[in-house]
Amino acid sequence: MNNSVEIKNLDLEFGSVKVLQNLNLEIGKGEFLVLLGSSGCGKSTLLNCIAGLLDVTAGQIHINGNNVTWSEPSERGIGMVFQSYALYPQMTVEGNLSFGLKNAKLPKTEIAQRIKRASEVLQIEPLLKRKPAALSGGQRQRVAIGRALVRDVDVFLFDEPLSNLDAKLRADLRVEIKRLHQNLENTMIYVTHDQIEAMTLADRIAIMRGGQIMQLGTPDEIYGQPINKYVAGFIGSPSMNFLDGRIKGREFEFGDLSIPMTGYNFVNGSPTDSETTLGIRPEHVVTGELVGNAPFQTDVTVGLIEPTGSDTLVDCELAGTPFRVRMDGQAKVSVGETLRIGLNPSRASLFDKQTELRL
Amino acid sequence: MVDVSPSTLSGPQGPKPRKVISRRNIFLYGTLFVVAIYYALPLYVMIITSLKGMPEIRLGNVFSPPVEVTFAPWVKAWSEACTGLTCDGLSTGFWNSVKITVPSVFMSIAIASVNGYALANWKFKGADVFFTILIFGAFIPYQVMLYPIVIMLREMGIYGSLGGLVIVHTIFGMPILTLLFRNYFTSLPEELFKAARVDGAGFWGIYFRIMLPMSVPIFTVAVILQVTGIWNDFLFGVVYARPETYPMTVALNNIVNSTQGVKEYNVNMAATIITGLVPLTIYFVSGKLFVRGIAAGAVKG
Repeated sequence: MNNSVEIKNLDLEFGSVKVLQNLNLEIGKGEFLVLLGSSGCGKSTLLNCIAGLLDVTAGQIHINGNNVTWSEPSERGIGMVFQSYALYPQMTVEGNLSFGLKNAKLPKTEIAQRIKRASEVLQIEPLLKRKPAALSGGQRQRVAIGRALVRDVDVFLFDEPLSNLDAKLRADLRVEIKRLHQNLENTMIYVTHDQIEAMTLADRIAIMRGGQIMQLGTPDEIYGQPINKYVAGFIGSPSMNFLDGRIKGREFEFGDLSIPMTGYNFVNGSPTDSETTLGIRPEHVVTGELVGNAPFQTDVTVGLIEPTGSDTLVDCELAGTPFRVRMDGQAKVSVGETLRIGLNPSRASLFDKQTELRL
Repeated sequence: MVDVSPSTLSGPQGPKPRKVISRRNIFLYGTLFVVAIYYALPLYVMIITSLKGMPEIRLGNVFSPPVEVTFAPWVKAWSEACTGLTCDGLSTGFWNSVKITVPSVFMSIAIASVNGYALANWKFKGADVFFTILIFGAFIPYQVMLYPIVIMLREMGIYGSLGGLVIVHTIFGMPILTLLFRNYFTSLPEELFKAARVDGAGFWGIYFRIMLPMSVPIFTVAVILQVTGIWNDFLFGVVYARPETYPMTVALNNIVNSTQGVKEYNVNMAATIITGLVPLTIYFVSGKLFVRGIAAGAVKG
């Protein structure tokens, strides 16, 4: 009974297309779970199933210990926030907030009280008499969150709520959603394709692909120990460098280089001779004075420089394979220069070349 | 701030100058003018003829304005002109047309909008087949169904009554109106419908409180379509009505085509204008509603 939402053996098919396949997921009370994946991976579909907006083909959905598989969306104890806000254009903000409560036939005083509380939390009190058309994007999304808030439910569902906002507003509202979660302690399920949102907001992240959950874990686990090559490449920006080579004992052989994998934690003990991919994040490559401490060191030629202000990305080649290095924004570097870099195998990832699973 | 010192520019700058009288404009407005005359002239002839007395018409100056303005032809067309045996002008036909048009427009739009809403948002099993059959109905020529419907109405005992005609108009409006409404409701953001469901609104709740207020433009289009279509209908009126229930268009035909006595051109012109006045008014009144974008603010603006 400690789980807020449980999804058991869920299948969903549109005609002959299998969108979700035998999906199992347990979400604890008060947990912030982010469903992350590229478009078409089934993450929004899963959210719609939880909301009851789609009939499932097989399996069960439990919310707060009740089997709600056949329940109407309004009976499930959920509130939902949509990407396009979906505010009722002909109603005022107040009308939007009260629509669900009126449908539930709550007494007027109760409705007024809940609207007051929600509008205080979201700071939309001065907007209550306005129509959605007279609001900015950020204000609209606040009202949309308010509409979920007044329902006084245990589970909040967010369907890419920040995707329509500009970058600055997105960052602001992201913080606000996180604060809201800390204060309310509701269960929140949040769908996004933005990994920054996922990493900053989530207690746990579920990476989805092809209607299945690839990896479920804390942001730390997902970033540090990606379970396969897809997750490793999906998380992190700039994305991980992949080097195709062979593992021989505890040495990774790559072109004419041989990288000792000392300090690397193998999942199932160290494998013998096999084709392997080594993944190293650009931010885990050290340069400058720190190179001296790295177990493996080599020289590369700087091919391209992308300054971003806070850091500088350097494109180069490592034994014929494109390789990116992240340096401090203050570092002086120029094209054609030889750069000494250091790698630390304990922070790298090894994947089997065939199965793409973590070794 | 970057400091830019002011300098004098040479060469083209600012808005590009446009000539008012150019070959392009002369050609364009010339064509428009000719086309406008072409369409306006018959109307002009109708109006001035309807205001002339018969002696003046016999002079044959079709384009000259009336020397002596008289409204007698209008009065006669409305209340005295003879259609066959009865001589009470267009008034009976006008009220018949009103009694046919108002309920037919209301019923056809009410049913078709709910149809369209259900087809767009509440996909039921076989919805696509149902829709296809309905659309197919739009392509069947009316003539094919004339006689079967006569028999159906006769068996139901409403052949020749206004009620029978209302039912026929309602049914024949269904395919095109359902298509119109379904396409409109499909174009409304689906998330709005989902949000309303999460908020606990049911089939009718969503229809009346969410969809209807957002659908003023499409209802306007439907009203225009149906009022003009049903008001101008001649075929169904002549087939399914009796002389005492004839709509205005049939009455007009009977006035204009009556062969006995003198051809009263002024009365005919007046009668025709009166009959055309209703669809014309609809166009003028509802034009503004057309343009309004009601869905503004629902989604990212």
